[in-house]
Amino acid sequence: MYAAPVQKLIDELGRLPGVGPKSAQRLAFHLLVVPKEEAERLARAITEMKERVAFCSRCFNVSEAPECEFCTDTRRDPQVICVVEEPHDVVAIEKTREFRGRYHVLQGAISPIEGIGPDQLKVRELVARLEPEEITEVILCTNPNIEGEATAMYLGRLLKPLGVKVTRIASGLPVGGDLDYADELTLGRALEGRREVEAP
Amino acid sequence: MATYRDRGIVLRSFDLGEADRIITFMTEGRGKVRAVAKGVRRTKSRFGGRLEGVRRTKSRFGGRLEVTNHVELTLYEGRSLDTITQADLLEHFRPVRENLDRLARVMPLLEVVDAVTFEGRSDPRLYHMLLGAIRALAEADAPLIVPAFFWKLLAHEGMRPEVACCASCGREDDLVAFELTEGGVLCRRCRRGTRLSPEALALLRRILGGQLVSVLGEGPSTAGHEVEHLATTALEHLLERRLRAAGALGGTQ
Repeated sequence: MYAAPVQKLIDELGRLPGVGPKSAQRLAFHLLVVPKEEAERLARAITEMKERVAFCSRCFNVSEAPECEFCTDTRRDPQVICVVEEPHDVVAIEKTREFRGRYHVLQGAISPIEGIGPDQLKVRELVARLEPEEITEVILCTNPNIEGEATAMYLGRLLKPLGVKVTRIASGLPVGGDLDYADELTLGRALEGRREVEAP
Repeated sequence: MATYRDRGIVLRSFDLGEADRIITFMTEGRGKVRAVAKGVRRTKSRFGGRLEGVRRTKSRFGGRLEVTNHVELTLYEGRSLDTITQADLLEHFRPVRENLDRLARVMPLLEVVDAVTFEGRSDPRLYHMLLGAIRALAEADAPLIVPAFFWKLLAHEGMRPEVACCASCGREDDLVAFELTEGGVLCRRCRRGTRLSPEALALLRRILGGQLVSVLGEGPSTAGHEVEHLATTALEHLLERRLRAAGALGGTQ
């Protein structure tokens, strides 16, 4: 349909997650009309990222160095690990400024229907960290959907017998939410996880 | 555009774009339906709690469209995919969601229902079978639910095996093997395929012979594993592909 290089770009863009053929076409034509420097900047950003960024050898977060900034930061609590599914979850937790421990990125979640089991995730690597790093608490911070819950339950069963404290993030109502909009599953859990009010 | 209502069980979901999901349901009226849930991945709204007190858009779905949930749906028909406009939770099966063993048993059921059904072909009986199986699991763990459901499903799909006598010569005793392509169990003289223990034969007869409730009350057994293996092989033969969910959490049992 289009000149070969344009079609090639459309095909490549169309492979990206969340980009369908129409979006790919729109992006390709946008890149066709922008100044050359702008397009080159994008191309450079991609190659530079692929060349310079890899995964932290300890926690499997994205990192420029062999070990990421969280694993090498001595001000962080080295004995508490927060287990997340993806590197972008690390960013979400960091934004809260509530956590000062270290991370472990599983690089996915258990999904029986997709055929993804514990062996495809960085589970063995997590277990291997417990003893040498003298970990006292593992916080299971996977998503509260079926895959994340399955992963958390699996890890709970695996880690508990090893004598480490295993906790799961709370699940309930989002700040600013309305009770009558909450679904029964969420509200039920929020009730179950209630806390005693402390005297102000 | 035409809207319709139906009730269904969430079989699986895929992320779509920024915040949407494509959800696959087994519905009562329309069989398998794939539909888009817009904005479902946003925790609450576009702004979460950050704009507390300010006007915000509310996600209508929350946790209602989670896998295994039984929901009442309003959808409008689209060209290729329908869009969910409303979802009310009928049952959420928390005991299944929150127990690894039960979750590991429900996933293969969802996978096979997704695999054997087609969009646009109504199958209320299968919907009720699946709902009944999930309800049973929510009530109590049932190690034999996967093989029992698989065999019931095969029978429902027209592949009910002969278990009373040899499928080849009609002999009623000394049944020692099973071969689906022969039509069921086989006697020592006609034997082909997989070896079948007397306990597994008895279990298979009870599953297909209307004694499901008593079967579901039993614990795991070697006969159970045998019957599950036979069922998985038969289903994989029918579907012409491997089933994935059955083994994914196998290491934890």
